[in-house]
Amino acid sequence: MSQKIRVVIAKPGLDGHDRGAKVIARALRDAGMEVIYTGLRQTPEMIVSAALQEDADVIGLSILSGAHMHICPRVMQLLKEKGLDDVQVVIGGIIPDVDLPKLNAIGIRGIFIPGTPMQQIVDYITANARARV
Amino acid sequence: MKSVADRAGTRKNRWEREVVEPALRKSPERKGPFTTISGRPIERLYTAEDVEGINFSRDVNEPGEFPYVRGIHPTGYRGKLWTMRQFAGFGTPEETNQRYQDLIAAGGTGLSVAFDLPTLMGRDPDHELCLGEVGKCGVSVMSLADMERLFAGISLAEITTSMTINSPAPMIFAMYLVVAEQQGADWKAISGTIQNDILKEFIAQKEYIFPPRPSMRLITDIFAFCAKEVPKWNTISVSGYHIREAGSTSLQELAFTLRDGLEYVQYGVDAGLDVDDFVPRMSFFFNSHSDFFEEIAKYRAARRLWAEAMKNRFGAKNPRSWQLRFHTQTAGVSLTAQQPYNNVVRTALQALAAVLGGTNSLHTNSLDEALALPTRETATIALRTQQIIAHESGVTNVVDPLGGSYFIEKLTQDMIDGTLKYWEIIDGMGGMVEAIERGYPQKEVAESSYLFQQAVERKEKVIVGVNDFIQADEKPIEFLYIDDTASEVQLKRLAELKQSRDNDRVRRTLAALADVARGSGNTMVPLLECVRAYATVGEMCDALREVWGEYEEVPVI
Repeated sequence: MSQKIRVVIAKPGLDGHDRGAKVIARALRDAGMEVIYTGLRQTPEMIVSAALQEDADVIGLSILSGAHMHICPRVMQLLKEKGLDDVQVVIGGIIPDVDLPKLNAIGIRGIFIPGTPMQQIVDYITANARARV
Repeated sequence: MKSVADRAGTRKNRWEREVVEPALRKSPERKGPFTTISGRPIERLYTAEDVEGINFSRDVNEPGEFPYVRGIHPTGYRGKLWTMRQFAGFGTPEETNQRYQDLIAAGGTGLSVAFDLPTLMGRDPDHELCLGEVGKCGVSVMSLADMERLFAGISLAEITTSMTINSPAPMIFAMYLVVAEQQGADWKAISGTIQNDILKEFIAQKEYIFPPRPSMRLITDIFAFCAKEVPKWNTISVSGYHIREAGSTSLQELAFTLRDGLEYVQYGVDAGLDVDDFVPRMSFFFNSHSDFFEEIAKYRAARRLWAEAMKNRFGAKNPRSWQLRFHTQTAGVSLTAQQPYNNVVRTALQALAAVLGGTNSLHTNSLDEALALPTRETATIALRTQQIIAHESGVTNVVDPLGGSYFIEKLTQDMIDGTLKYWEIIDGMGGMVEAIERGYPQKEVAESSYLFQQAVERKEKVIVGVNDFIQADEKPIEFLYIDDTASEVQLKRLAELKQSRDNDRVRRTLAALADVARGSGNTMVPLLECVRAYATVGEMCDALREVWGEYEEVPVI
């Protein structure tokens, strides 16, 4: 029996617009994943610590405020420091095109802008989450 | 008892039988579902039979007459057009001041300030959670010094200003009052609005700081302060906009927002205020989403629900307490990142719905707002959209042009009935504060947003350019990119401010604020002193955090 993919969905920064985070959390849960929603106002430290405690395979960050170029590199750096390099990080929100190469360069490839079908996100995570042993 | 329309032999049944059924046999209807964007089923046709239950002289009446379904002004927009109020703010106070000067030059008739997230959350830019947030989603205002920069060269005696600020509303309002004072403007004469609506923050937008009860006290303190000192100020803008953006239905937006309004009135009355002393200065703020007729019905229903509740539930005697005034913003959430020029059309239709619903003030979104804050050019097109409706379409020549439409009147009545059902549930919980503490409206909104998303995935709801009519070869548009310059400027200024001001005076005024917070005096009084001493938003909020603590929600998904 294969184990469920474990996903931490987090809202970093000060923004409280959590519609997207909550809809995705439910969609992933309905797709058979184990979803842990951190709630609002999480620092990168809190998010990485949640991923560690929850033995997460995937971290989903929801960012609409424009703070992604500050938050994402910090999360990636902390994951590396904790030896969690194999945790897949995906982000959803308002991410300008010009930032895509910079995010790709730090190892984030799953980037979903407004209008992305939920199924596309489910498929991406299913295909890219680290293998559970 | 069966309603009139259900009985066999009505004109509508005859028409269905003799005209529609043979026609359907030849060519069936499209697959449907024929529902509003909120999932409300819509019938094929509405006739006089659908409105037989409505007593028009009592329940609808004429414009300017109770219960104001047809509008609060007897002359509609023939007297005064709605205020064209474009929400704007980004970067440093100087950059935003320039945008305001542009909007005024382009014919905008009111200002509307968007603050950045640190300001909205009562944090100074050097707090760890402000990483990358300073000046991004709005303008950064840390202290009185920034407020002076924001309104430099703009006469507060002449312009009306709306400020979207909630938890730190008393601090920001105090800053505005001190700038007005510096300009020599009379507090008794100035006008504008602070959003100051904490309940919808707990329900939807989540920019709360303190727990619900002390938050409600800050609001009733403002009601009491303004009734005496700033009588023309709109002390609150009870907002459905954010509830809708978070995914509610049109009905939920209406029901929860007005129930929030009742909660504020109740808390004001409980604080010892007379209804007619503060309710006339309460205003509302609704969304205008894409379902044209449902939105129009929502605004018409809102006016009657409020008028009847103020008169019957609270015994208000002043007609100004009965008259619901509202601002509208087109639905940000309906804008698409794909084929963004289509957003101009969406916004125009939504704006038209708001106007046909009798809005008192309007913000139209810019085409690029699914991607970024608007550029100067796109913000101008948004304003022009309103001007075209106002001056070219002809809809402003007549008051409530859709009044008497079977469909609109029936839909208005349905929105009223649905709202009263929601109010019964919330009243049964003990009120809106209690309902929020139980997570009730939060759960309702989360459920609706998920149902809508599933309908989009199944293509039951078509979003042009997103799940249908997709264009593969889209060219990207240029948009506003806000870098970190504002953050650097504001951080440097914060350090300089703490060097140059009288820090003893700051400490004394903050201590006085905490004392009043622990007791029962009006918090606006010590806040004005903190502001005059150039205490920062973060410092003032921290002084209150120490007394009242911070609210943390249990997330509902």
